[in-house]
Amino acid sequence: MDDVVPLSLHVPEPEVRPGGTPDFSMVAIPKAGSVPRPPVDVDPREIRDLAFSIIRVLNREGEAVGPWAGLLTDDDLLEGLRHMMTLRAFDARMLMAQRQGKTSFYMQHMGEEAVSCAFRKALEPGDMNFPTYRQAGLLIAGGYPMVDMMNQIFSNEADPLKGRQLPIMYSSKEHGFFSISGNLGTQFVQAVGWAMASAISNDTRIAAGWIGDGSTAESDFHAALVFASTYRAPVVLNIVNNQWAISTFQGIARGGSGTFAARGLGFGIPSLRVDGNDYLAVYAVARWAVERARRNLGPTLIEYVTYRVGAHSTSDDPSAYRPKDESEAWPLGDPVIRLKNHLIRRGAWTEERHRQAEAEVMDTVIAAQKEAEKHGTLHSGGKPSVRDMFEGVYAEMPPHLRRQRHQAGV
Amino acid sequence: MARMTMIEAIRSALDISMGRDPKVVVFGEDVGYFGGVFRCTAGLQQKYGVTRCFDTPISELGIVGTAIGMAAYGLRPCVEIQFADYVYPAYDQIVSEAARIRYRSNGQFTCPIVVRMPTGGGIFGGQTHSQSPEALFTHVCGLKVVVPSNPRDAKGLLIASIEDPDPVIFLEPKRLYNGPFDGHHEQPVTPWSKHPLGDVDDGHFTVPLGKAEIRRQGSAVTVLTYGTMVHVAEAAARETGIDAEIIDLRTLLPLDLDCIVESVSKTGRCVVVHEATLTSGFGAELAALVQEHCFYHLEAPIARVTGWDTPYPHAQEWDYFPGPARVGEALVRTMEA
Ligand SMILES: Cc1ncc(C[n+]2csc(CCOP(=O)(O)OP(=O)(O)O)c2C)c(N)n1
Repeated sequence: MDDVVPLSLHVPEPEVRPGGTPDFSMVAIPKAGSVPRPPVDVDPREIRDLAFSIIRVLNREGEAVGPWAGLLTDDDLLEGLRHMMTLRAFDARMLMAQRQGKTSFYMQHMGEEAVSCAFRKALEPGDMNFPTYRQAGLLIAGGYPMVDMMNQIFSNEADPLKGRQLPIMYSSKEHGFFSISGNLGTQFVQAVGWAMASAISNDTRIAAGWIGDGSTAESDFHAALVFASTYRAPVVLNIVNNQWAISTFQGIARGGSGTFAARGLGFGIPSLRVDGNDYLAVYAVARWAVERARRNLGPTLIEYVTYRVGAHSTSDDPSAYRPKDESEAWPLGDPVIRLKNHLIRRGAWTEERHRQAEAEVMDTVIAAQKEAEKHGTLHSGGKPSVRDMFEGVYAEMPPHLRRQRHQAGV
Repeated sequence: MARMTMIEAIRSALDISMGRDPKVVVFGEDVGYFGGVFRCTAGLQQKYGVTRCFDTPISELGIVGTAIGMAAYGLRPCVEIQFADYVYPAYDQIVSEAARIRYRSNGQFTCPIVVRMPTGGGIFGGQTHSQSPEALFTHVCGLKVVVPSNPRDAKGLLIASIEDPDPVIFLEPKRLYNGPFDGHHEQPVTPWSKHPLGDVDDGHFTVPLGKAEIRRQGSAVTVLTYGTMVHVAEAAARETGIDAEIIDLRTLLPLDLDCIVESVSKTGRCVVVHEATLTSGFGAELAALVQEHCFYHLEAPIARVTGWDTPYPHAQEWDYFPGPARVGEALVRTMEA
């Protein structure tokens, strides 16, 4: 064999780095309305294409077109718009609060608001999400009090989690929001377990798991797919592909070919990609998947194609690893502006009412923040007690902890 | 001689090792282009190319598992786990595989890998960015476990770890990355450049694994500690005025038992300090060894000062891990016994 050449390692690289011109030419974007809508009991083998395309409803002109359109009324959409605007205003205020030293850390959703806000609308009370840290829209759209979210972020005396969790790692059983872990990926397979339990118990509730594009590399992701497909668990498995995992572009987790959604195909799980910046498309696909789960037809895998406009977290500086104007070049636009334009086009909204609404939403968020800050912030005002630190490790405090609490003098 | 932060010292160790030995490869989450979230690997990809320093998928199991395979091939991988709290997905690969390959193959295969990870609290990282998992590794035969407390040691110990023929778990106290810390959180951090321990030798040198260092000579009581708590213990000795001998263990496995025994036999008293939780912590091992080897010299019960047996709380972290006050109390109590 004299044609043998030395091997060389392939390390995937993004198209551009800081200083370059943003380039999304490799993101193939089908026309809005062009992807078919199969019946929910379709044979997964017949819809393999949907794992490679992108389901879109809103076109460039702001019209809702195609088979996935027509599911939401004006009122629904106005409510959705308000949820997204609220999340954006909430982010802006909490980011500022972090800069002011009122909390240690914050993670924002800028550009990804449609994903969690629209998905939440497709769920019923009693369903359970197993979220990661960029789905606060599930809480906002689910009516969880903003003041409680802020109390958690400020680790103050009214923090529902008593200062134990990192800011933004919310937990609300009542609002179908499982306690967030900082360990990536762990929740994905737990979602499958919750769904299996619902099926074992002949319940009617379903679960939704959430994971980022980068975190799909964790074994938990693969374990979730195995269990979900084996037991046909009533679960919706959501991958939020926002292009970046801190400084690492999505091609590192995905490799050079295929899509994240396509990972479901080997398991026989119906797998779809959707425009994550299109509120109507996200809702339509979520509802399709939720209905499948509810009708005991098994799991669905959804990849939301979106873009993380902001920094990864308050500890991150994205200009160090991607072009500064990359987010503006993102071909799927801004989810808030797109829904706004659609509502204007429908005759249900105007630029002026939008400006008014922006101001109102900001007032509501600021009022909530004032209320929360009355209970303290991380470094000033009321705090959860040090005594609380020893509670809740076990249902009942064992003697060794009681001893330590005594030793700590609290 | 240069003045460096611990981050710079770690980077220097990696740079020197990669420069000397083309078999050394460095990888992990965000370590390539960006240079790691703590910047320990900044510049290495530019200097050595993408096949010697690269970003990995977010898969700790994948990182350590591939490192083991590379080591079996003959490379010397030095990998980063972004935070020690995230090493658990890789735990099986470390414990069941890396640690035993030499033994089970009767030396046909070996596993000279280094797994670096930031540990410990003090940065408001909450329960998943603050843990000190050293005891989970010292319990495993076949591993070496290293914890530096200053830039010079960080560099010398890391080079020694990369050159070591066995797998090394290299725990980096992140509270010390940018300067020493004495546990007084209300005081600004003194940068290493204003601190005598910030002096780091240029070029290649090693600090041998398995050797402790006496940080402060004393005759009244021995403090056994490592990492961030070395600085806290120094503050406690200073503030109580107790003539404590402070031993920085530097390597927990294998342990410098001679240094410990000699010191405790001289002082007759012993306080163990670590940030990790108490129960089944590394302090239990230290206390047992001191009891076995120095029983007839002991004039007081061995005291342990540690983090509490709770997950690391975000808001109460200053109450969670030992500061100079708690260490000082233990010193006083031990002296009075
Ligand atoms: C098990 C584990 N490994 C590493 C980390 C550190 N980390 C936190 S967020 C993150 C990137 C996640 O990216 P992705 O899943 O794409 O989600 P995104 O932040 O883009 O929403 C990393 C590596 C972690 N939290 N948990």
